[in-house]
Amino acid sequence: MLSQKVAQQSLRRLAVQQPYAMRWAAMNAASPATIAMGRNVQTRFTASTSNTQDPTKILAQQRLNRPVSPHLSIYKPQITWIGSSIHRITGLVMSGPLYLFATAYLASPLLGWHLESASMAAAFGALPLAAKVLLKTVAALPFTYHCMNGVRHLLWDLCIGITNQQVIKSGWTVVGLSTISALSLALLY
Amino acid sequence: MAALRSSSRLFASARPLFRPAAFARSYATVESSAQDPNPSDQPRIKKFQVYRWNPDKPAEKPQMQTYSLDLNKTGPMMLDALIRIKNEMDPTLTFRRSCREGICGSCAMNIDGTNTLACLCRIPTDTTKESRIYPLPHMYVVKDLVPDLTQFYKQYKSIKPYLQRDTPTEDGLEYRQSPEERKKLDGLYECILCACCSTSCPSYWWNSEEYLGPAILLQSYRWLADSRDERTAERKAALDNSMSVYRCHTILNCTRTCPKGLNPALAIAEIKKMMAAH
Repeated sequence: MLSQKVAQQSLRRLAVQQPYAMRWAAMNAASPATIAMGRNVQTRFTASTSNTQDPTKILAQQRLNRPVSPHLSIYKPQITWIGSSIHRITGLVMSGPLYLFATAYLASPLLGWHLESASMAAAFGALPLAAKVLLKTVAALPFTYHCMNGVRHLLWDLCIGITNQQVIKSGWTVVGLSTISALSLALLY
Repeated sequence: MAALRSSSRLFASARPLFRPAAFARSYATVESSAQDPNPSDQPRIKKFQVYRWNPDKPAEKPQMQTYSLDLNKTGPMMLDALIRIKNEMDPTLTFRRSCREGICGSCAMNIDGTNTLACLCRIPTDTTKESRIYPLPHMYVVKDLVPDLTQFYKQYKSIKPYLQRDTPTEDGLEYRQSPEERKKLDGLYECILCACCSTSCPSYWWNSEEYLGPAILLQSYRWLADSRDERTAERKAALDNSMSVYRCHTILNCTRTCPKGLNPALAIAEIKKMMAAH
């Protein structure tokens, strides 16, 4: 009851002090009767437009055009990622020819190729010394590097040696050791 | 927002009333009138090449723009140089920055080939070499040096980076840890999610849709290692697929580049160990 009284009083006061506001309220307040008759037309005193454009559309359009920032070409060459890419390349260099040779070996009787060990050894023996050393280095270097770097990977998986200093040190150690061992393998008679 | 802006404008205009202009903060530029240690020095002009791309002209390709600054009149850090370029030479240059002290992670970018925070990166004093500044690598560029980090933040959300626990403590007080348990979180909680490590990772470059990347995995391990968290098994199960963790090929660019000196690679190795054990 009390709240009703307060509401009535404040409405009366509004009507006395601001007659325009009162008229506005009367025009806009939809009474149950007008709603029932479908005549509750609301009036607005400020113009507004409905937002037909999806606000996320601009973003989607911009996203279509966004360039990808440069990556491989600008990143500083470091032992970490260069070493890792060499690890993968040496792995491919070893496994690729293995598959190729194994397939060719299987197919050789059908195609009439001579890929037996004896004929391969004879063909290699006929090469000049420099070509022999070069070929052997090319074959040995991927092997030594991949093996030694593989040990590094095994240690990392045990959480050993993953600090910046250790990684840089072990990386260059592997580079040095694998080159030396590949050359010594190549120079073995 | 509008209210905030107008009030800050009011405040800015009112500032000279309260503070003499001489004390106005300007950290980007060293005033020539201010005490100069070597006033007779020759100007040390250094060139900065900055990556530019404007979304309002999408047909134009990204370009490098060269700016020359006198290092005698510039602050010591790369961010000082960038702010000075923006203030005095080219107001259209766009980059993120906030705290200028390596705690917010906003100014992460690729400077002279490595990802780092511009505010923690000293300008190389060798003026014969120009410095090259790019946005974080292999990210969609919003404008100039601002990359789109939406995917990065989505991935962070996906690991549920908060304490998950159902059982209350016996006395109803806070969840306590022993000093040893707390120590496990050192080197993990300091991460500011600047995305330097993730965007230095070639695996993340090629697989950022599915691979979480070093920063998010470090955070992931931060919750796996937390003795108070009770969803360790669920967290591990969520990572148990070929992409989330195992796209890490221990390239270790992440640890190399982290401007906070953290070790995301070690955290990922620890995750792999935990996954292998279960």
